[in-house]
Amino acid sequence: MQISFTLNGRSTTVDVEPATLVVELLREQLNLTGTHIGCDTSQCGACVVHLNGLPVKSCTLLAPALDGANLLTIEGLQGAPGSNRLHPMQEAFREHHGLQCGFCTPGMLMTAVALAAENPNLTEADVRHGLEGNICRCTGYQNIVVSVLAGAAAMNAAKGE
Amino acid sequence: MKPFAYHQPDQLPDAAKLLSSIEDSKLVAGGMTLIPTLKQRLASPVALVDLSRLENLRGITDDGATITIGAMTPHAVVAASKLLQTKIPGLAALASMIGDPAVRSRGTIGGSVANNDPAADYPAGVLGLGATIVTSMREIAADKFFLGLFETALEPGEIITAIRFPVPLRAGYAKLKAPASRYALVGVFVAKFTDGVRVAVTGAGAGVFRVAPMEAALSGNFGPSAIAAIKIDTDGLTSDIHAEADYRAHLVTVMAKRAVDAALS
Repeated sequence: MQISFTLNGRSTTVDVEPATLVVELLREQLNLTGTHIGCDTSQCGACVVHLNGLPVKSCTLLAPALDGANLLTIEGLQGAPGSNRLHPMQEAFREHHGLQCGFCTPGMLMTAVALAAENPNLTEADVRHGLEGNICRCTGYQNIVVSVLAGAAAMNAAKGE
Repeated sequence: MKPFAYHQPDQLPDAAKLLSSIEDSKLVAGGMTLIPTLKQRLASPVALVDLSRLENLRGITDDGATITIGAMTPHAVVAASKLLQTKIPGLAALASMIGDPAVRSRGTIGGSVANNDPAADYPAGVLGLGATIVTSMREIAADKFFLGLFETALEPGEIITAIRFPVPLRAGYAKLKAPASRYALVGVFVAKFTDGVRVAVTGAGAGVFRVAPMEAALSGNFGPSAIAAIKIDTDGLTSDIHAEADYRAHLVTVMAKRAVDAALS
């Protein structure tokens, strides 16, 4: 079947088998390999993308659900438009050492950006609750939580400018 | 996944017709249970009928003494609803405890109730509040809807369109989560109405159930101490790698007390 959607700001039309997962479509057909497959059972969160602004697990989303929708992947995260700057959340992860091996990081970032966008007054407890569906086997989460709080503050500051 | 045809009807009668005319077809709402099931090849329907274009199945409406939640309303919307946070905060809290943010973006109340997973959260809220399940054919009381392990009163071809909740005086939910899946190891929903109290338990057995002795005790004195000494029988409770039946029985009392506390706070 043919589906049309907006992918990282660009109109995209693809022909897919209905039994295609969004993460397969992204990685294998569209060559966007920043979205990772960790557990493939909707537990780990490495595959989180934004569907119409909301975080979803692309390993548990069928491609037909994209038709008419707006999809943002880790490749579409960016800093100030027109610049080559990182997104403030990515800057914060770099600054605060919010990753070690980096495998979970794309999903962490997508979940973190959605959390910060939804709640401008994030607390540490909100961040820990919000990251329940994103598993990291390296960091022990401490610096991820610090990074998300710093990234959220930077996003708020950027909004105020 | 085995291949399947995909239908996205935009009218309820069309959806019902597709579902009843295509043998081995299945409905997909948010897909949070169905898609993993397809991936494991535990189900291989020939066609999926996607309900996401049925706009009438979305949204939360205030009818005064009741609140109606459309079947395709995602958990995140229920959790964030100011109306529910004001009138049935225990139900909004329950929705905020389901899965994780990504699951709450997609998963729907109708999908959860139709699936009737023995460890799902919503069945406890629906039975605990004595809600009414509205379908494409009729209305079904919660007490007659949940029939056991993944089994409901739904007939083939019948589609849940909404759940109607009576507004209680107070209600609360508490659960102990299985840490990996975040399903309820045991979850208890407690609701106080002018004519009595309802207590519904999920996660502990093959399906959601009520606890009459706790309901009677709480109807007399709505406080955690009223039920502290009530132990439920381990007969029919689940024993698995996560917890033995006697531990689940213990947790029912603990979670019921916490749910009462939540309702009082």
